[in-house]
Amino acid sequence: MKRVYLLLVGVFAILMALPLFLDNYALGIFVMIFFWAYVGQSWNVLTGYTGHISLGHALYIGIGAYASTYLAQTFGLSPWFGMLIGAIIAVIIALFLGFLGFRFGIRGVYFVIMTIAFAEITRLIVSHVEALGSFSGIFLDFNPSFWNFQFRGNIPYYYISFGFMLASLIAVRIIEVSKLGRFIIAIREDEEAAQALGVNTFKYNMIAIAISAFMTSLAGAFYANYIFYLHPNSLFGIALSIELILRPIVGGLGTLFGPIIGSFILTPLSEISRAYFAKGGLEGLHLILYGILAILVVLFMPKGIIVYVKRILKPILNPKREKP
Amino acid sequence: MATAVGAVIGMDSNLALQLIIQGLLLGGIYGLIAMGLSLIFGVMGVINFAHGQMMVIAMYVSYWIFVLLGVDPYLSLVIVAAVIFVLGYLIQSAVVNRILDYPEAMQVLPLVSMGLILENLALLLWGPDHRSPQTALSLEALWIGPVMIDVSRLIAFVLAIFITVLIFIFLKKTNIGKCIRAASDNRTGAILVGINVNRIYNASFALGAATTAAAGVLLLPIMPISPYMGHDFTLIAFVVVILGGMGNLIGALVGGLILGVAESASTLFLPATLKHVVSFSILIIIMLFRPQGIFGGKS
Repeated sequence: MKRVYLLLVGVFAILMALPLFLDNYALGIFVMIFFWAYVGQSWNVLTGYTGHISLGHALYIGIGAYASTYLAQTFGLSPWFGMLIGAIIAVIIALFLGFLGFRFGIRGVYFVIMTIAFAEITRLIVSHVEALGSFSGIFLDFNPSFWNFQFRGNIPYYYISFGFMLASLIAVRIIEVSKLGRFIIAIREDEEAAQALGVNTFKYNMIAIAISAFMTSLAGAFYANYIFYLHPNSLFGIALSIELILRPIVGGLGTLFGPIIGSFILTPLSEISRAYFAKGGLEGLHLILYGILAILVVLFMPKGIIVYVKRILKPILNPKREKP
Repeated sequence: MATAVGAVIGMDSNLALQLIIQGLLLGGIYGLIAMGLSLIFGVMGVINFAHGQMMVIAMYVSYWIFVLLGVDPYLSLVIVAAVIFVLGYLIQSAVVNRILDYPEAMQVLPLVSMGLILENLALLLWGPDHRSPQTALSLEALWIGPVMIDVSRLIAFVLAIFITVLIFIFLKKTNIGKCIRAASDNRTGAILVGINVNRIYNASFALGAATTAAAGVLLLPIMPISPYMGHDFTLIAFVVVILGGMGNLIGALVGGLILGVAESASTLFLPATLKHVVSFSILIIIMLFRPQGIFGGKS
């Protein structure tokens, strides 16, 4: 077990030192790796651990992005605080969605469809609110300072997104070993059995969706101040919801390191192939490859790539067991 | 009732009537799209998250035939439906048959990914711009009293009903249709009496795909195509299917008509771009209070 920690500390040290060696473009790719790993982890809390599939998590990213930006532009509030307010709004909406879903017994594909419907309704409403930029979206002004959550160059974004990912890793680990974690995993495995054993499944489902929405919406504020442009279709649209679930599923659904492994594999692939294919006028080809990859993973390694990573690392981490 | 509402808010009641008729005609196509989805769900218990995207591919194929060969969409309908039939058959045999025993979470992703692939295939082949072909009848209109009816919508509606009836006859009378119904009623039983269930599943998915393809072709003269419109129609099909009850084919048709009218009538009060808010709200309300659909029995 100690070797696992040694490995993690090693990886941590490398990642901490990486900005010394990489140029701005490469750092940008790492920012996206950490960002998608964080978002995937947040989604994983709900879907990976409770088994309720959300295909509308873009909703929470959009809320985080729009709330922090609106508060910053209208009241001059720092996005550091704005994102907490956004997260609270996201939690309220998630609890409402969760209440309808879990109280009225909307399960499986019906739950999926309801999450999509919530995100789509929000997208359409935001598209018609003048104060939120309606159809044309919002451009953020660039005023780099810590207070404004805006920075020159990718190094600060690198460390912030890295911090986000680490925090999510620790948070999910704490959840995983806590009573809450055991209960929500029990819900995923067999909700009725868990209920019969006295688990208040409604309560724990609600806690899981609230944590997931809270975490996801923080990523929205980061995204807004990294991309500087908000558009309802890209921030609330189903394309984003699909994009953010691919990494945890490819990496390994319901596992601690699955979203991170998935992101380290898919994000560079996506960023590089996007740039490469767009240059050749082949827009969209990278998403086709993506879709094919996701289908292949589900068909041939439904437990995710993490299984193979574990298999490779096993002799390194537990050398004694390998000896006959 | 809607005419009364129109009068109350000071609208022209002719306008209300016109919107209702337009909505009803469009609703026939919604019904046809949803019927494909409902058929696939009813037989295999799988929700086809790539449904709208398959329809968009069909629209582009029809558009291509129209632009390159000058064949009117109504004439190329059968060819396009056949092409998408093959596509559906391949999707089912390559992907969906392998995931039927998976937990629901893992069933969602491959079909969502399939939608992603089809959407970007359309983007790759035809580019991101909206295209609206000027077919022979796309601008023709009929006047019945004070109400104007687009000829293309009328033809689409009539053909949609006609195709629906054909599918019913197919399912009731033909051998394959009976096998499909058997496989959907009881998979094990169907295997026991010697039906090749996998092949029947392939045929069912393909038939569902061909149905939505036909709907797409009928839609072509009515609205411009873009690669990204697939999601909207997938969701519309969900709404209609849930309205009519999952797996209920008559429910899908009636649900389509109701949704078409509801969306169209909502434009009296709301901007047209918000009409989907009405349909999604209907969707949530139906799921909460009548998850078996308005025509379902006790669930």
